[in-house]
Amino acid sequence: MTMTVHVDIVSAEKEIFSGLAEMVFAPAELGEVGISPRHAPFITKLNPGEVRVKVTDKESYPFFISGGMLEVQPHLVTILADTAIRAKDIDEAAAMEAKARAEEALADKTGKIDYESAHAQLLQAIMQLRTLDRLRKRGE
Amino acid sequence: MAVGKEIRTKIASIKNTQKITRAMEMVAASKMRKTKDRMQATRPYARKIAQIIKHLAQANPEYKHPFLIQREVKRVGLIVVSSDRGLCGGLNSNLFRKSLSLLTQWRSDGVEVDVCTIGTKGAGFFCSLKHVNVIGQIGKLGDTPHLHDIVGVIKLMLDAYSENKIDELYVVSNEFVNTMTQRPTVEKLLPVAANDIEGSLTGHWDYIYEPDAKEVLDHLLTRYIESIVYQGLVENNACEQAARMVAMKGASDNAGKLIKELQLVYNKARQAAITQEISEIVAGAAAV
Repeated sequence: MTMTVHVDIVSAEKEIFSGLAEMVFAPAELGEVGISPRHAPFITKLNPGEVRVKVTDKESYPFFISGGMLEVQPHLVTILADTAIRAKDIDEAAAMEAKARAEEALADKTGKIDYESAHAQLLQAIMQLRTLDRLRKRGE
Repeated sequence: MAVGKEIRTKIASIKNTQKITRAMEMVAASKMRKTKDRMQATRPYARKIAQIIKHLAQANPEYKHPFLIQREVKRVGLIVVSSDRGLCGGLNSNLFRKSLSLLTQWRSDGVEVDVCTIGTKGAGFFCSLKHVNVIGQIGKLGDTPHLHDIVGVIKLMLDAYSENKIDELYVVSNEFVNTMTQRPTVEKLLPVAANDIEGSLTGHWDYIYEPDAKEVLDHLLTRYIESIVYQGLVENNACEQAARMVAMKGASDNAGKLIKELQLVYNKARQAAITQEISEIVAGAAAV
């Protein structure tokens, strides 16, 4: 019997693969790696690319990931896939945005209430439009 | 008949309200199922990354990441996960009460607090408090929040930690116990407490890091924190729907009770009016 290793591929929003495999190929940051059972402990970042899980000689599953981490223990391979393509500058922009929102809300405390009333008005307008639509259809 | 016109309109208006609350209950029930599924779907990732962190804590890296080192606490960061909308019973107020008790405790210890909020309810509440320093917020994430929605808020806190502006980081969110019970919980994110984990891996060993330990650990620990907060957010969503379902069910039941009582009053009044009319007619006939 050939040796196998347990492989788990998960993303933050769901589980993608879990099972035994003979070998795993992954796009590590410094080049593609192939992991066999009883590999030494190893941890690396992954580039966007294809992860291939070879279950038997004939059967292998490809998965596309947009980056993530690979952890290898002698008996266990774990791939943490990112769900979306992430870049440092995008993170930075999101952080700035969150900060700006807080400052805005603090400077203008009536803003939130205004938003809610505006939202209610919007909903009302939508309902009105929808009713008009229905009336028009009935008229035809 | 003029009798009980007011009561009738009142009954009709309560019936309308009941229709709304019943509809909201059903919407919440179906959403709860979906959010619960989503909550369960995020668990494998959280479990796996926690496992890796655990392995890492047992390895003997030459490089010590700042996220793993305890510091003297002068200022802490707090991430509050709340819902976007109300009408969900005491869910948010319980959470805020818990956070407030934390805040007062920190204040009595002379520790300052920076707060980041996720969800509009939390933003509204903490911005109106006087002594609280809100440094970031995000809201209106909807029923299907994505990890990249909350990256900004988390990065803000992690940067503050790296720059020594805060010395500890906590997250407060609701834990989904079951449909009837949601419990506000506090979790410590930073420094990552790895010592309390019992291990199965023994002996002196370390990972092969690629490209190098600092970069890998940076990446991994950031993802770890993100996954905990995301898990909290998704769980809080499920809590919100469950709480709303229960609250709306209560409201519908109360409306039903009210209608029953009013109906009784109305029937009595109507009966009295009829009796009176009959007795008047009989008296009139007798007089003739």
